[in-house]
Amino acid sequence: MTSSEAPSTSNGTSERRVPLSIDTINKRVINSEYAVRGEIVQLAQKIARDLGEGKGSYPFDKVVWCNIGNPQILGQKPITYFRQVLALCECPQLLDNPHIRELFPEDVIARAQLLNKAIPGGLGAYSDSAGALIIRQLVAASIARRDGHPADPENIYMTDGASPAVHYMMDLLLREPTDSMMVPIPQYPLYSATLTLYGGRLVPYLLDESAGWGLDVGHLRQQIAAARTQGLCVRAVVVINPGNPTGQCLSHQNMRDILSFCREEQLVLIADEVYQANIYVGNKEFFSFKKVAAEMGLLAEVPLVSLHSISKGFVGECGRRGGYMEVTGFPEDVKDQILKLASINLCPNLSGQICCALMMNPPQAGEASYDQYRAEKSAILGSLKRRAELLVGALNRLEGVSCNAAEGALYAFPKITLPDAAVQAAKQMGKQPDWLYCRELLEATGIVVVPGSGFGQADGTFHFRTTFLPSEEDIGHVVEALGKFHTAFLKKYGDAGTTQPQPQKLQPAAAVAAAPAGATDADNGH
Amino acid sequence: MVRKEATRLVAALFRASNTGVSASWSVGGTRLKSAMPQPQESKDEDLHHKDGKVLHPHLLNENVVKTQYAVRGELYLRAEQLRKEGKEIIFTNVGNPHALGAKPLTFPRQVTALCAAPFLLDHPRVEEIFPADAIARAKKILGAFKGGVGAYTDSRGNPLVREEVARFIEKRDGVASNPDHIFLTDGASVAVRLCLNAMIRHERDAVLVPIPQYPLYSASIRLYGGTLVGYYLDERRGWGLSIEEMRRALKEAREEGKLVRGLVFINPGNPTGQCLSQENLKELIQFAYEERIVLMADEVYQENVYQDERPFVSAKKVMHDMGEPYRSHVELLSFHTVSKGTAGECGLRGGYVEMSNIHPGAVEEVYKCASINLSPNTIGQIALSCLVNPPKPGDPSYELYTKEKASELASLRRRAHMVTDGFNSLEGVTCNFTEGAMYSFPQIKLPPKAMEAAKAAGKAADVFYCLKLLETTGISTVPGSGFGQEEGTFHLRTTILPREEVMSHFVEKFEKFHKDFMKQYS
Repeated sequence: MTSSEAPSTSNGTSERRVPLSIDTINKRVINSEYAVRGEIVQLAQKIARDLGEGKGSYPFDKVVWCNIGNPQILGQKPITYFRQVLALCECPQLLDNPHIRELFPEDVIARAQLLNKAIPGGLGAYSDSAGALIIRQLVAASIARRDGHPADPENIYMTDGASPAVHYMMDLLLREPTDSMMVPIPQYPLYSATLTLYGGRLVPYLLDESAGWGLDVGHLRQQIAAARTQGLCVRAVVVINPGNPTGQCLSHQNMRDILSFCREEQLVLIADEVYQANIYVGNKEFFSFKKVAAEMGLLAEVPLVSLHSISKGFVGECGRRGGYMEVTGFPEDVKDQILKLASINLCPNLSGQICCALMMNPPQAGEASYDQYRAEKSAILGSLKRRAELLVGALNRLEGVSCNAAEGALYAFPKITLPDAAVQAAKQMGKQPDWLYCRELLEATGIVVVPGSGFGQADGTFHFRTTFLPSEEDIGHVVEALGKFHTAFLKKYGDAGTTQPQPQKLQPAAAVAAAPAGATDADNGH
Repeated sequence: MVRKEATRLVAALFRASNTGVSASWSVGGTRLKSAMPQPQESKDEDLHHKDGKVLHPHLLNENVVKTQYAVRGELYLRAEQLRKEGKEIIFTNVGNPHALGAKPLTFPRQVTALCAAPFLLDHPRVEEIFPADAIARAKKILGAFKGGVGAYTDSRGNPLVREEVARFIEKRDGVASNPDHIFLTDGASVAVRLCLNAMIRHERDAVLVPIPQYPLYSASIRLYGGTLVGYYLDERRGWGLSIEEMRRALKEAREEGKLVRGLVFINPGNPTGQCLSQENLKELIQFAYEERIVLMADEVYQENVYQDERPFVSAKKVMHDMGEPYRSHVELLSFHTVSKGTAGECGLRGGYVEMSNIHPGAVEEVYKCASINLSPNTIGQIALSCLVNPPKPGDPSYELYTKEKASELASLRRRAHMVTDGFNSLEGVTCNFTEGAMYSFPQIKLPPKAMEAAKAAGKAADVFYCLKLLETTGISTVPGSGFGQEEGTFHLRTTILPREEVMSHFVEKFEKFHKDFMKQYS
């Protein structure tokens, strides 16, 4: 033990060191990176504050938040039916109001009455840690309808958004620094961030941009073999379908191959299926991994976790924090451990739970709210499709930019060819070139996007992620501003002499070095 | 131990190998580095699957498996099972007031409903149905929540609500509060865990926790791989908190090579119900200052006080009243929630942590971790807004709101007496008065025969007692061993939350069970 570890109580002369400082907190916390709300976003927040207070001078009058799939902040309206039922659940005394039928349709009232009765203690009581039973039953029933295979409420865990489910899996599966998970590159940074936080390692598999961000199972095999020769213990593979940030939608055959791979290699499959309602191309269809696994008779053999959320789709209820995970092929005693983890936070919020049950069980034909519900749903999805096409089309017309079609999800992930001078300039700042591009985009236009480096990309290539969520009135402006900026950026840094290395061919696995969890003897003091 | 050594060895190998290996891709500017081959292939196999299962309980994160969480442990699971079989269960195992019939306060629910369904605000009848101040508040909130309740907020929570929380703290303590150091969370548990996660680096990092304690602390510290160092509360002195006992615990921990980083105290106490005096808080703050330990003040029961001698005083106020060097040096995290008090809005999941004198870099890191879960739920934030900024005198809802709160608080006070008096009237049971919070934590002197029977059944004696109580009466409690207790003593925790109209029935049931139990094992 060094002297710094046993602070004396009497010594008033030495400089006082505080117990909690940036130097003495958990390194895994510090090393964890989360680009969706990273430095660019913080700068954007500052600019938005300045604009609100009339401070500073910017060449635009508002910040356009394309960094995050947060539809309602950009004007998407909530589905009326969900909000009506939620209002009645939140304020059940309204049900006794004599005017109630003037305010709410019959099926809304009936649904709220059912939920209020079936949820013990209502919204203000802790539910079971896995979620209220009635909610899990409703979710299970709708999964069964979606897949044509039964779902068991005991396999459903309601969560505050889908993110806690990822935390549970990391916590459960990662034991030592050699434990790892296969994650697509590009990926949603929740995965890299939580892997670092829980002390595991990321084994990347690269999606093939030239094949519409295709997932090649042969490449998965190469990567796992290489990871193993390097001493890593691969516990699970994460698949995001439809992809985030890449928007691709997996084919049925591809999913079968992935499941076979998981069976052969004895991996847990974590299926991030939160964008299942967001599909914009006629020739693609969403299949759940659960359905495909059931068809293949693999439900017992491949432990599968399927994630869903109310934040995406046409629902877009990000703020309520609702979601669920369905686990299949999990032994009972492992499920007990998940329940214990869930119980430490007592329970997921009830308003999010109810919203999730409603999303999975919308009004049916013949019910009073059905027509309005359908009209709202198809208007949102139709508009998202138009906006996706408009944005991707416009991006592809820009010099040095190429962008795969957004088959699903809420994002476009264009590849940008950056001039050497820009690459050098970024290097001098100690930043990634795409970060520089995104920062200058923000400063010139108020548009907030996320640098591709936050998601991972083939070396030497640069991307950014943007949502196509600005409203139809706004997106034209976004496209125009983006185009102008891009041209100006190329001019500023001189577009001659750009040399873009081809993406490197897939090589034996590399893994992000997460900070090893072993104790070091230095720097442990206050 | 062998495994720990192996982990350390592997970690060292990784550190050694992090140079000179070519990488193909990068995430966030971090090169994806190759790893050193691991010599023992067989070990890898052992780690990967067992009995043909990847997800084998022996192959899970050790910290997860070893974590214990008694509030929802064996007793709770058995109670759930009995309920499914149709037996009537009185759930007094968890402070969940609405589940036992407490009604939500009207005003906050009116506001949340209007925020959820803003189209109601345009309805011609809205003013007949909702009071004007609920309408005004909903409009104010909707104006401040960009995108309404369906949009992610800032990961620390909405700025308006953080501002309201800061004003609430200022009014309560008479001390300035900075909204940028207030993080809103899905209940206080999440806030506690965010802070512990940042604080704990490895097994040597320790946190002082009262025994008996609320198991959130033991569970989370275990989960993050740290060490819990218990300090005992003195049952004979009304569960008093003694600085000498703390010094003893600290000294022993340091002698074992632990780095004590934090100190948790719960005021009013859970499960013990004691309210700390100002004097006691001063000693605690001085101790934290001298020993350079972060104070974690669990003050979620600040509204639940059932005696008049020691009203609630926040650690922050006491720290400021003490002047320098304490006020600007003691690192303090204080937690509050909408789940307790008279609101009892457990299911909405709203809470906050206020950080005082915490290094800005550390605050930033906590912010980043909060951002990984995007944002706390908006309904919980709105409930918190109503809690910290309630209707004011003259507002249309003021009278009803004040009345609802006062009557619930008065009823809780009566119930605190009913429960502790009931326990103290029993032979072999002693119980400190529930001065605050929502629990009673009686000590039960179990006869030797009961201990033998428990042993034969393979159960801890208090678990045995609580299981019998559950099977016989349907009363679901938590055994003292889940909270920690002095060796050789046995306790249980029950809430004081059954409604008054059923409370006498509850006390009677308990009495009858206890008498029969003592008779059976005498």
